[in-house]
Parts: sequence; structure tokens; C-alpha cells
Amino acid sequence: MQIKKIIRCQVVYILLVVLFVLAVIFNINTGNVHISPARIFCIIFLHGDMGTPEYNIIWKIRLPRLCMAAILGGALSLSGFLLQTFFRNPIAGPFVLGISSGAKMFVAITMIFLLKYMSGMPLWAQVAAAFVGSLLAMLYVLLFANRVKSMSMLLVVGIMISYICSAITDLCITFANDSDIANLTHWAMGSFSGSSWSTVKLAAAVVFPTAVVTFLFSKPISAYLLGEGYAQSMGIRIRFFRVCIILLSSLLSACVTALAGPISFVGIAVPHITRLSLKTTKPVVTIPAIFLCGAVFCMFCDLIARTIFSPSELAIGTVTAVFGAPVVIWLMVKRQK
Amino acid sequence: MEQVYIETQDLSVGYHGKALLKDIALKVKKGEILVLIGPNGAGKSTILKNIIREMQPISGGIYIKGKNVKDFTSKQYAKTMSVVLTEKIKTEMMTCRDVVAMGRYPYTNYFGKLTKEDEQIVTESLEKVSAMDIAEKDFSQISDGQRQRIMLARAVCQKPEIIVLDEPTSFLDIRHKIELLDILLEMAVKDKVTVIVSLHEIELAAKIADYVMCVGGNGTIEFGRPEQIFTDSRISTLYGLQQGTYNCLYGSTELKKPEGTPRIFVAGGAGTGIFTYRELQRMGLAFTAGILYENDCDYPVAQALAAQVITEKMFEPVGEEAFTAACRAIDEADIVIDTGCPTGQMNERVKELPEYAKAHKKQVLFRPDSETLRNCLLQ
Repeated sequence: MQIKKIIRCQVVYILLVVLFVLAVIFNINTGNVHISPARIFCIIFLHGDMGTPEYNIIWKIRLPRLCMAAILGGALSLSGFLLQTFFRNPIAGPFVLGISSGAKMFVAITMIFLLKYMSGMPLWAQVAAAFVGSLLAMLYVLLFANRVKSMSMLLVVGIMISYICSAITDLCITFANDSDIANLTHWAMGSFSGSSWSTVKLAAAVVFPTAVVTFLFSKPISAYLLGEGYAQSMGIRIRFFRVCIILLSSLLSACVTALAGPISFVGIAVPHITRLSLKTTKPVVTIPAIFLCGAVFCMFCDLIARTIFSPSELAIGTVTAVFGAPVVIWLMVKRQK
Repeated sequence: MEQVYIETQDLSVGYHGKALLKDIALKVKKGEILVLIGPNGAGKSTILKNIIREMQPISGGIYIKGKNVKDFTSKQYAKTMSVVLTEKIKTEMMTCRDVVAMGRYPYTNYFGKLTKEDEQIVTESLEKVSAMDIAEKDFSQISDGQRQRIMLARAVCQKPEIIVLDEPTSFLDIRHKIELLDILLEMAVKDKVTVIVSLHEIELAAKIADYVMCVGGNGTIEFGRPEQIFTDSRISTLYGLQQGTYNCLYGSTELKKPEGTPRIFVAGGAGTGIFTYRELQRMGLAFTAGILYENDCDYPVAQALAAQVITEKMFEPVGEEAFTAACRAIDEADIVIDTGCPTGQMNERVKELPEYAKAHKKQVLFRPDSETLRNCLLQ
């Protein structure tokens, strides 16, 4: 029994790594401009053809975008996982709970105000604004979550918060300058395009430490699965733990929202797919797998988003919704039984 | 003199800074069982929540081995005390063994890795609650009784000195109730674990308690040995019983006594009458019962249900006084039911009662089954 489980986990991990490698290869290999694999190899590993358009396409467009999709995909999935743990609700996630929208609203507002005084908004300021926005939205959700116990009601509250935030965002856009609007609408759609090494660096600087801290929390998270009362009786300082989980998940989803815009359903779908394939809920095992799976999921979704109707590009949220939403419906139906 | 293990001093508990229960005083030694009883909503769970540190006392303190519990670190406390709560846990893809193994939480390393020794303790705990057969089953797919046993195994696995259980026997059938309490008793006696448990079943409470705490709905608290606490009147007041009765010696409950003037006389005794008394109660018919010795097992039921009980002192022959009283009752009645009480030298005269009834043209039923009884009485 135990051995079977271990083998299963190993197989899933190997599969994820293989998929990851495949995703990387496909992502570098496909695009509007065809570049032969041999040249790609030469460009990446030997730094050949420096200065050619192909070199720039690979190094300045495809690679950063790929890294971005991987990092932010992992971050979104982890954020969803943390929220599901926190609310004991299988369909919690940064998007459905309105946390992404809160972040978006705050970024929009700060962007409009800051652009009046500055020529551009520094990236870190976007992340910070998104973090504040996420926390605010989270506080609202928490305020209502204490009153509504049912899983579907929590969802309704989240969607309402999300609508309110979107309304305020739209209002801000109406009153903004034309140049800002171009900036905002593009960003608000959600996309990994426009990633550069500087955004990747920032994302990595926020996401990797947060992910590591989340992993270090895997033992208390496992106890929390049995409910607050039991967790407390096993020696967890519940308040501290809850605050940490909130901060971690908000930070992760804020980073994603600030750098790539709101991306739906990854946070719900990926943790479930991962758990189901691992057939375990032990956080020590699931947390790295969830991150990896999220990375793979987003890389493939991004691949589809930019190639399916090429040369025009889809919003990443469109693709993730197509794959993620059915998972949510399926979860709801399964719970009803 | 054994040392006191857990005690409270001037403890008040409640919500939002308001004391709901005041002056809670308890003292329990190692390996003893304290049972909390009382009506729903009186505050049993609130007291337990304070003991397990889920809530803070309003005033006063709880002391374990003389040390205030708020001075324990989380980890120390987890190694000292484990709990079985009322909250139902929802798990996904966790076997019973996984759930039990969570009990090792305070002992495992940073990532919660179980050592060989931990695994051994998990197995022992599963064996203790005889749940080895379901160890590999998914926790979400077992019955309530099994689930409660697994939760107990989890608590055992934590190797506590004291274990706190909040209504662990609710929703369990009688077999699982008894098994669960047996395990608790064994832990207390063999492993010297102190047990604090709240129960709804007073009759079971009387059987396992070393100490009992009554938590009354109006904020009254009584603490003592079972023989001090379990009196019929106290239990009736505690639960506000108005219609039925509770008998502490037997732990039996009877429903409301039928009203009206008795038109039926039941000649019972030695356990032959009980079913008839209850049958009459269900039909709502008042009756007189007799002649019963005060130590007859029919007596408490008759006392609870009959409009009048004609008695004789124990170990005495049935005397003239009781006999005449019985005859008077038969005169008043339309029907006499003879449940076939065995007779001996002392109660020979009981045999004369049916004859007396026949002589006075009363209908006499001898050991009627419930159908005949109903047919006769409902005409």
C-alpha cells in the first residue's frame, strides 16, 4: 500500500518534469517566426548569431515569456491551494473570491494617480499596489466568510466583490487619459506578452521565496486539514498560522495580477488535478507538485493563446477558463452527491 | 496521597468577556475520569474549550500539575493533552491510518516525517481501538462509529497525559458507545491517563465516572462523586424534567405518567409488570399497581407510571393493610390484569387478588399479550 503510493508519486513527478521540459521546448520552438531547432540550440547554448532578429526573438521575447508563464502559473496554483486550505473550500481561488479583482482595482487606481506625476509606474510599485488590493479584498471576503458558512455562499460573495472591484476599475478607466487606457486595458485582459527579463526577475524574487516559505508551512497545513480545533490541539498557533496563510496567498496572487493581469481558474483547477493524480493530500508531497503542475499548465495555455489564432493573440484568461472552468463545474457536481 | 493532576481556581468561562459559568471548581487526579453532564447549551463545551485552550477563561485559571495552562507552550500542551471534538472533519484522500498518524504531530520533525517508532505507535493506537481492519480505508467512507474510534486512536497516538472528549458518544449506536467508553476506562486504569469527557447519556456517565460535574442551564455547577451527584431529584432538576422521570439506580427513563382516575388494577411483581405498565402508558390509561415490594424491580417503573402503587415492606409477608388497599383498588377498577408474578411463602396472598376480582365480577386478564390487552381495553 505504502510502496504503491510512493511509486505513484514518483511517476507523477517524473511525468510533470517531462511535461515541463516538453512545454519549454514547444514554447521556444513555436511562434510567428519559424526558427529551426538547430539554430535555437545554437542561440541558447552557444550564444551564436548575436544581434540577429532570431537571437532577439529567442532571448528577448520567447525565453522571458516562457519563464514568466512558468513562475506565475506556479504562483497562481499555490495561491489557490492556500486559499482552498484556508477556507476548507474546494472551489476557493484568487479569481473566484475576488482577490484578483481587488488587486486589479488597486493597481488601476494607483497607476492612474501615479502617471499624473510620473512618466511610468515602476514594476515593484505595481506589485505593492496589487498586494494591498489583494489584502483589502481578502479582508472583505473574511468579513463575510465568518457569517456565511456554506461553500456556495462564499463563492457568491467572492463574485460580488469581484464585480464591485471591476466596476470601480472601469470607472477609473473612464476618467483616465487616453494613453493610460491603452496601458490599462491591455494589462487588464491578462497576458504574458510584454514580459522582459526585468519582470521575470521581479516575479522570481517575489514568488520563489514565497513558495519556499509555503513549503516550509507544509506540516501545519497538514494538521489544518483536520480542522481548526484539532490543529490547535496539536500545537499550532492558529492565529499566527491563519495570518501567514493569508499573507502568502495574497502575495502570490498579487504578484501574478500585477505582472500579468487577472488569470482565471488556474488556482482552482491545478491543485485539484495535482491532488487527484497524486492521490494524496499530504502537503509535503503536493506543494512542489502543485507549483510544477501550475507552471506546466500555464506554459501550455500560453502556447495555445499565442499560436491558435496566430498572428493575433488570445488573452491568457480565455484559454485557462476553457480548461479550468469545466474542472470547477465538475467539482461542484461531485460535491452535491 | 496521590497528587491532584488537573484543577481549577475561581474559574469563570464565557463569551465576549461575559461570564456564563462562574466558580467552576474541579480537582481530578491522574488516571481518573471526570464526566460532565447537563442539558444542551448549558456550557459543557464551553468549559471543555477553556480546558483545551481554544478559549481563554474570563477569570481564574486552570492548572495542570500546579502549572497554569496558559504558561504551557503550544507544543508542550499538545504533548500533555489531546482531544476528540464534536466538529466533523472532512478529509480527502486520507486513509484512517493517515488521520491517526496526525496525532504524532507534536513529536515529528519539521516536515512531519514519521519514524519507525512513530509508525509503531500508530499501529498500537489502532489496535487499542480495534480498528486495524479499517486502517487502510478512506476516512471519508467509514461509518460514524468507526470514525469516532479513529478520532480516539488519533488522540491516543498523541500520547497525552490527559484526554478531553466532547460528547464522543453522540450519534453512536449502543454497541459503539459501550466500546468507546470501555477503551476510555482501560486507558484511565492501565495507562493512568486522566479523562475529561462530556456525555449526554447519564446512565453511562454513572458507570464510568470517578467524578461528575453537573452543568445546569441556569449557570449552576455541582462537582462530586457519582454517588453524591446521582440522585433522582437532582437529575430531574438539572435537566428540568417535568413530564417523565429518570431513575438513577437503574439509569432508566420513563415517559409521562397517564392522567385520570385509575380504572385498571395491575397485579404485577418480579419484572412481570413492566411491559404492561408501559403498554398502558402508551394507551394513556391510568392504573393502580400492586402489591409490590419496595425492592421489586417492577417498583421503580410502577412508581413512575402508576397513579397509585400499593406496596409492602421488603422481606415481610404481605400484610392485611396492603391487601385491603389492593382490594379497595380492585373495587374501583373495571379490569384487573394479572401479570403472573411468581409467589412464595411471603407473598402468598397475592394469589387471592384475582379470585377476589372474579368474585366481584371484574374482568380478569391473565398475562395478556399486547394485542388482547389492546382489544379488551380499547372497546
